[in-house]
Amino acid sequence: MHMADALLSPAVGGTMWAATAVAVAHCSRRLRIEADDRRVPLMGVLGAFLFTAQMINFSIPGTGSSGHLGGGLLLAILLGPHAAFLVVASVLIVQALFFADGGLLALGCNIFNLGFLPAFLGYPLYRRLAGREPGTARATTAAITAAVVSLQLGAVAVVLQTVASGISALPLGTFALFMLPVHLAIGIVEGLVTAAVVVFVRATRPDILPAATPSNRSVTGVAVSFAAVALALGGIGAWFASANPDGLEWSIARITGADDLDSPPTTLHARSAELQRRVAVLPDYGFRRDEGRDASPEGAPAASNLHRPGDRLGTSLAGVLGGAGALFLALLVGFVLRRKAQPT
Amino acid sequence: MTRVAGLLDFRRLDLLATGDSSLHRLDPRAKVIVTLVFIICAMSFDRYAVAPLIPFFVFPIAVIATARLPIAFLSRKVALVLPVALLIALPNPWFDREVLLQLAGLEFSGGWISLLSIMLRSLLAAAAAIALVAVTGFPAICAALGRMGMPRPLAVQLLFLYRYMTVLGEEAVRMTVAREQRGGGPLSIRLYGALVGRLLLRTWDRAERIYLAMCARGFTGDFGSGQPSRLGRPDIAYVAGWCGLFLLLRTQDVTQWLGAAVLGALR
Amino acid sequence: MSHHLVEARGLSHVYADGTVALADVSFRITHGESVAIIGANGAGKSTLLMHLNGHLSPTSGEVRIGETPLTKETLPAIRRTVGLVLQDPDDQLFMPTVYDDVAFGPRNQSLPEVEVGRRVQAALERVGIWHVRGKPPYRLSGGEKKRAAIAGVLAMAPDILVMDEPTSGLDPYARRQLIGLLGEFRHTRVFTSHDLDMVLDLCPRTIVLLEGAVMADGSTQDVFADDALLSRCRLERPLALQACPVCGTKRF
Repeated sequence: MHMADALLSPAVGGTMWAATAVAVAHCSRRLRIEADDRRVPLMGVLGAFLFTAQMINFSIPGTGSSGHLGGGLLLAILLGPHAAFLVVASVLIVQALFFADGGLLALGCNIFNLGFLPAFLGYPLYRRLAGREPGTARATTAAITAAVVSLQLGAVAVVLQTVASGISALPLGTFALFMLPVHLAIGIVEGLVTAAVVVFVRATRPDILPAATPSNRSVTGVAVSFAAVALALGGIGAWFASANPDGLEWSIARITGADDLDSPPTTLHARSAELQRRVAVLPDYGFRRDEGRDASPEGAPAASNLHRPGDRLGTSLAGVLGGAGALFLALLVGFVLRRKAQPT
Repeated sequence: MTRVAGLLDFRRLDLLATGDSSLHRLDPRAKVIVTLVFIICAMSFDRYAVAPLIPFFVFPIAVIATARLPIAFLSRKVALVLPVALLIALPNPWFDREVLLQLAGLEFSGGWISLLSIMLRSLLAAAAAIALVAVTGFPAICAALGRMGMPRPLAVQLLFLYRYMTVLGEEAVRMTVAREQRGGGPLSIRLYGALVGRLLLRTWDRAERIYLAMCARGFTGDFGSGQPSRLGRPDIAYVAGWCGLFLLLRTQDVTQWLGAAVLGALR
Repeated sequence: MSHHLVEARGLSHVYADGTVALADVSFRITHGESVAIIGANGAGKSTLLMHLNGHLSPTSGEVRIGETPLTKETLPAIRRTVGLVLQDPDDQLFMPTVYDDVAFGPRNQSLPEVEVGRRVQAALERVGIWHVRGKPPYRLSGGEKKRAAIAGVLAMAPDILVMDEPTSGLDPYARRQLIGLLGEFRHTRVFTSHDLDMVLDLCPRTIVLLEGAVMADGSTQDVFADDALLSRCRLERPLALQACPVCGTKRF
């Protein structure tokens, strides 16, 4: 799913832009060093191919709705992760400019979510699972797994980016509960389609698919994948535990056994308030809104302590930022590790 | 068919960039910078900001007017974001029920106000992006981004993509028309895989031929860029003027002033 | 003078899967000649062209351009001398605007930008499309694209022009214009084509290929008079030399 400018704050958008810029610089440098001239026109037309392929829809069995290819994983299989990342980035840039898909501020998020994650987390997983010359069944399972992981991580990223921005009122838990299953389904379909194309190509032009070479690169990538997944799930779990229970989250907290729901988790609240104050360098909507509401000239009724949206936002902001930051750091660490691990 | 309409829109938008107006003649870097500052300022409001967003519309309106761009076409393109904007904004009234505003006997919850804010943001962001492309043109934007730090491989990639989008789009249309003519319904995943697979193979072969053409003319791995443009006084004035206005609109409550002024005038 | 020479000596090319694309092809094309290479699909015409600018290496035999054998070292110089124009101009026009595309070759030759500009203008004016220099290729007509592709090659000031199916895909008017243009060039010209009437118009000499081997190499008039040869090679006479469709009179 694309992030949209309208739901994004410049702080979150800017952070993701920075992350994407680093990735773009790294991949560009890597391609320049490898200096494979043949790849220049190939990447270009494959970008056009991806753009075109996304305009054609297929029907998803059993739902009656239609879908289209995401393509990050497929491109990584054809071109390798660095080139694939740049190709996906280029397609997203064109879509943002000409079709207002997503938005210019959200480009950083989208290139990261839809480009980096499939190419550098999903693809190594595929390589690991598919091995050197996978048969149809193995390739399909590998593709589905890799696509699901990429899309789940992408969904988590979108949720975190949205909640951290504070424009949408969707609580993190509810949003996640919606996004994750949906993207599980999308991931399965993406895996199936990717595998369908790979299998077709292999049957007709096997020379196109680069031979898989298992290396420490893929091991590190897989390790990072699992770490990232674990962190994402952990982040969400932690959030559940720390949030003021409300509605959906309340019932889940009930199920997971949070003990006393009626009394506000004061220590946790106080601690996150502390964190908020320290993190106040960010333009934070939670704060300003609270102030604004207290001085509300329209005479709106004062909200009760527990259920002020501002509080929930303020609390979750700290937690979410922590989660997002941790995820990003994890990926960065994995990135650095992979660079060190490569034989050059 | 959506895909054909998309390509046609692309061509028309691209064509607009070849127009000649004072805006078209500005350095692309100036236009890119102003657009980015615009989006950052407009998106940086808190979620309940509605009135402060409205003055921001002056920018896309001014661009469309000055560059004499077709209003109907561009409005339609911008309006295309509204359905998606509504979708992503809809949770807000659901989750944010606290009444924030009482106006003329009606109560508005925060959720509805933020929904309106999200719709306005979507329009502004879309309008800014489309206006940028319409007066600058894609190759110029890529050149501007390149000079502002975007790495060369990505710049080259963007130009190739731009060049071959239409070529491949037309190929895809031909392939799907042939299929539809023989009574194909919606594509199953397997058929989609085969169709897209064939398109991929043709694309791969085309890449080989392009590479042949590039080598035949002495391709050494780098692309020259011709004469770089220089920032002139109109460019700097453009950037300073608009960015100044955006910052003003962002930090001051201009709508309040206007309201107060109007009220004062009425008294 | 000698740098306009195109020579193949025992040129053979066998693909990785064993297909014989070219079998012992030999010919010598001298300065200013205009030669057509014709044959059925799959006869090896395109493969031969790709040898002439060094894109493919022979399995055996050699290619010489202007007395210089084609080697890795001589390749850049050869590519400056031999201008190759592909069949599909969309494959050749890969830059965002016509101007940039025509400038691609000269810029790769590390010429100063002023000289590049001069060459681009001269080339575009030579083919008559200077006025579309700012357009992206997708907005050109088929004929304009063909001419833009030729301009891109002319801008490199080659001595030898090699063109793959120059008139394919053109409407009659554009085709006639292109034939006129090509007729004015003084370069050594090598064309492959299915358009046998164009061959009759432009090329005094014709080489006929069948399954990678040279079946005939001589004056175009002689080749087109040999009906047995033509039918063996899955060709036929150009329409201009066939019997009159109205009264049935045979021309030759």
